[in-house]
Amino acid sequence: MFRVSGPAQGHKSIPGGGMMKYVNYERPSIDGKGLMMGKPGYTDDLAEQNSLIVKVLRSPHAFARIKSIDKSKAEALEGVELVLTYEDFKRIPVTRAGQGYPEPSPHDKFVLDNFVRHVGDEVAAVAAIDRETAEKALELLVVDYEVLEPVLDFEKAYENKTIIHDEPEIHEMFPIGFEPKKNVAAAYLMHVGNVEKSLKECDTVVETTFYTQAQAHTMMEPHTVNARMDYTGRLVLYSSTQTPFHTRRIVAEALSYPMSKIRVIKPRVGGGFGGKQCVHGEMLVSAVTLRTGKPSKMVYTRQEVFESTFSRHPMRFDIKLGAMKDGTLKAIDVEVLSDTGAYGEHALTVFMVAGSKVFPLYNKVDSIRFGGKVVYTNRTPAGAFRGYGAIQGNYALESAVDVLCHKIGMSPVEFRQKNMIQEGETSPIFEIMGEGTEGTAMIMETCKLDYCIERGMELIDWNSKYPRKDMGNGKVRGVGMAIAMQGSGIPYIDMGSAMIKLNDDGFFNLMVGATEIGQGSDTILAQIAAESLGVHPDKIVIYSSDSDLTPFDTGAYASSTTYVSGNAVIKASEKMKQMIIEEGAHALKVPVEGTDFDGDTISHGDKSISLRDLSNRLYYNEDQKQLVAVDSYVGTKSPPPFMAGFAEVEVDTETGQVELMDYVAVVDCGTTISPNLAKGQVEGGLVQGIGMTLYEDVVYSNSGRMITNNMMTYRIPTRKEIKKIQVEFAESYESSGPFGAKSVGEIGIDTPPAAITNAIYNATGVRINSLPVTGEKILTGIMKTRQEGDKK
Amino acid sequence: MKVRLKVNGENKVFDVKADEYLLDTLRKNNYVSVRRGCDNTSCGVCTVLVDGAPVASCSYLACRTEGKEVTTVEGIPEEAAKIADCFGREGADQCGYCNPSMALTIYAMKKELVNPTDDDIRSYLVGNLCRCSGYQGQHRAIKAYLEVE
Amino acid sequence: MKINNYVKVSSVEEAYSILEGNSKAAIIAGGAWLRLTPTEVDEAVDLSGLGLDSIDVVDGFVEIGSMTTLRQVEKSDIVKALCNGIVCTAVEKIMGVTVRNIATIGGTISGKYGFSDLITPLMVLDTELEFYKRGRVSLVEFMDETAKSGDILLKVRIPMKEGRGWYETIKITAIDFPILNAAVTRIDGKTKIAVGSRPYKAVLAEMAMAYVDTCGKHDADCAERAAATAAAEIKFGSNSRGSAAYRKKLCEALVKRGLREVMS
Repeated sequence: MFRVSGPAQGHKSIPGGGMMKYVNYERPSIDGKGLMMGKPGYTDDLAEQNSLIVKVLRSPHAFARIKSIDKSKAEALEGVELVLTYEDFKRIPVTRAGQGYPEPSPHDKFVLDNFVRHVGDEVAAVAAIDRETAEKALELLVVDYEVLEPVLDFEKAYENKTIIHDEPEIHEMFPIGFEPKKNVAAAYLMHVGNVEKSLKECDTVVETTFYTQAQAHTMMEPHTVNARMDYTGRLVLYSSTQTPFHTRRIVAEALSYPMSKIRVIKPRVGGGFGGKQCVHGEMLVSAVTLRTGKPSKMVYTRQEVFESTFSRHPMRFDIKLGAMKDGTLKAIDVEVLSDTGAYGEHALTVFMVAGSKVFPLYNKVDSIRFGGKVVYTNRTPAGAFRGYGAIQGNYALESAVDVLCHKIGMSPVEFRQKNMIQEGETSPIFEIMGEGTEGTAMIMETCKLDYCIERGMELIDWNSKYPRKDMGNGKVRGVGMAIAMQGSGIPYIDMGSAMIKLNDDGFFNLMVGATEIGQGSDTILAQIAAESLGVHPDKIVIYSSDSDLTPFDTGAYASSTTYVSGNAVIKASEKMKQMIIEEGAHALKVPVEGTDFDGDTISHGDKSISLRDLSNRLYYNEDQKQLVAVDSYVGTKSPPPFMAGFAEVEVDTETGQVELMDYVAVVDCGTTISPNLAKGQVEGGLVQGIGMTLYEDVVYSNSGRMITNNMMTYRIPTRKEIKKIQVEFAESYESSGPFGAKSVGEIGIDTPPAAITNAIYNATGVRINSLPVTGEKILTGIMKTRQEGDKK
Repeated sequence: MKVRLKVNGENKVFDVKADEYLLDTLRKNNYVSVRRGCDNTSCGVCTVLVDGAPVASCSYLACRTEGKEVTTVEGIPEEAAKIADCFGREGADQCGYCNPSMALTIYAMKKELVNPTDDDIRSYLVGNLCRCSGYQGQHRAIKAYLEVE
Repeated sequence: MKINNYVKVSSVEEAYSILEGNSKAAIIAGGAWLRLTPTEVDEAVDLSGLGLDSIDVVDGFVEIGSMTTLRQVEKSDIVKALCNGIVCTAVEKIMGVTVRNIATIGGTISGKYGFSDLITPLMVLDTELEFYKRGRVSLVEFMDETAKSGDILLKVRIPMKEGRGWYETIKITAIDFPILNAAVTRIDGKTKIAVGSRPYKAVLAEMAMAYVDTCGKHDADCAERAAATAAAEIKFGSNSRGSAAYRKKLCEALVKRGLREVMS
């Protein structure tokens, strides 16, 4: 049943004594089989049969004012129950961003507004008895638009004569640099030391600009919401969401409905990656059900998922690095422009992570300056997406580092080994930069970057492949690398909690707010509880993410589930264990001191009682009581996972086409609670990062319409593109984490852009400064290099 | 119009519109394992077997199934359980949304191909996308299921 | 696509008379692209009951029924035997099996799709089409025509000749539409070159083909010049997959490779 795998896993011992029995072992997930066999569990599977179908009329214009909407014909259509426009709602601006309260995102979205700010923005909603009727009703709505001049270029957004957000009611929750009249959603500036002075003192300075593109999550399950009124008059929402508790709060606020009368249940979710870390259809579906009293549902079409949910913030990085001849990195100066699209969800926080989860990698510099603006444009809003700024920042910094290495003639490996953060060190960035606010100082209790680099080089055979190899048939290969870090929850902000209840027959219910979205949190939190209690995992029944029945958790984001929710589970488990020992001692009529619980039996000397017998006694026979333990955890630090990524590419110099031959990832995430699930997180993240680097691009027409609004034109990697991936974990134990774990949800995505473009440079001499890489960009670069070579 | 077909070995009569797709017909009749993903054949999540061949049910007209045998994952429980065990051992199951369609295609592949190479496996399954797993765990699991080295 | 009525016909005449009598009637071949077609069809005609889904050898021709699926074509040993199997090489790169089990050769050819990987190799194999009313016409001629035909495609006929063939398609991901594709054959001392997904429909590179015929030596030099000629004579367009300029360079690279391969 339990199998140990990988060179770095195995019988992990807990410092201070003891061996782990269930953590760091392979165990199949608790839910995989049922889902594979087709058991219903996703939101649409659970919708009431007679639900009203909610469909949304969406703007065909990138920017327009709605002069009038005539809903009479739609309302008159047989089978239409309700038509909602901006005239049916009180003007209460909220943010749809699933973040802790008060949110660091501007409150700039109304349920329905008389302005539409991107193609796909909501205009009106229809609830009807079936999909055909709802779609017909949409066609019967008569909307008179005043089409306005949109802002489609984020480099022209600042102080553009078009003001995208002119509403008087919108506001920030605390200062985030919100200046909507200038089309600025947020702004930030920080510095350590004096970067101008440092740069002047440097022997070499490189200055480059990088662009990253919008990326679409493309999770397999489109956004889905069901709503019904229960028999006590409460609104019950089933939503495919990463943040059920934030959703409840935001819906209550937007609709002025008491939070105590709303229940949010998260069923199985078919992928999120940040794309469901937000409110999507919940506000409209709730409004329909509240007003009609009937169950209703909304399933986003794939086109709506692309156009009308969120994508990754495109960014421009202007980066200067200064170093001495001997390769000491002295100064980092980065100015960033970020495009948040039509609404400001996650604007400031993603921006800050582009610095805070990248700069500490080079902690020994004299000076850093990081700042810039997040601007509005009339495009699909940007939001949370795995990596959350770190992947963009990593691309810019790790590419610039390679540019610097080539300029000073130093090996990119040696340069990083010389300048990167080591175990036991810290960086001033930790204290200065949090997520929206100030950060938290911390020392790296664990940082195995040195091992990660050495092992990675071995696995990809760096020494014999660097920098390039001419294959002789017009193809050339090269290798490149990048290092990365992320975080483990947001300290002093992200809170998770767990409740454990002992049942008769001696098994437990574990209730957690933590949100299973396919990453395996239900499985690993149950493993952690089993390990803490010392019971077999089969004795733990986990239930998650129901705002009525489970305690709070901020949700599945910021790589917080293992570290924050896991620690909460340990605390609750330890409380429960203590309760069992006390009740057992009481039942045995022995002192608590010297009474032990081994997972099956409570014993003191030669007296013992099984957990099963004790639990039945507590329910039915004597000293009856329900044992319940609840506890919470808030991190006081956010220990970063680290990773070294290595890419081997092959470029066809006649066509510019590039193939990824091999990708090596060596990860330090502390203990892997479930080694195979952790591996799956890294592999999945890598392929999304590879997708952003080589294959994916959100493209708009000149009028602001998204061209890549379906899966035929928006290309995620297929299994043919991914030839070989090697993932290994470093031996690492983070004592503040549950059984030594840090986090592993996001770290996998960060390195591919820089590692792959560095490999392409090493193979061809062509530096790609904007993502995605295309054969066209490479071929153009190769021909330019040839021409310049011919001139010499 | 009425179509007479077999679903998972059972005789069924469905009342369908001329332009109704098999995906909608099946979901309406409680075969909820057949999922909606992309609405245009690109993702594979709606895959069912028609006379043993994997097809995109989102683009297969329901009225075309007259006289045919349709298989959803509910119709291959033993094989799906075996595939699930292989996935479970590799930690290859994540959100699960693509898994039923994946199981059907893998099952069809096992019957169609003899000793497939890594490339054969990837090619056969190329139209079944997965956004969570990065495909590696799935590939290891599939090879175990096929008992191919 | 909206469909009002669906008819599975029991004869080709029945199909033809429906099409003749109703301008809003259409044949639904495999139906793989129905979700992308926003038209309204009054009567949809299904030919799947007419036995048009087999692959046979008849009088020295490979005859493929118009309702044969792409998957059947791809797995056919008869088709694989033609010119290094370039038709199969091309077809197995189209989407995934879940589409190839639905899409038909007749539907693909009738659609004259620019993105097709199937049409390009057929263009260099002297392929003939057999229609119900019109009889036989070469594929090249049919592709050139712009008028919409109400005729019914019954068969695709490829002469079985000894020859060498080469096919390559450049895609961003494996199931994407091509940025460009190209097919080259050398049969009976004649060289044929076709370029497709330009993003427009496939065409023959006539001038390049003529140039190869004048080459004294079929060497790397000849291939290079022919490829440059092809890139110059063919018209390319730009879209989200690539610019016209890039397609032109790809054309030159691919045609050069193809010629070197078939001439060696």
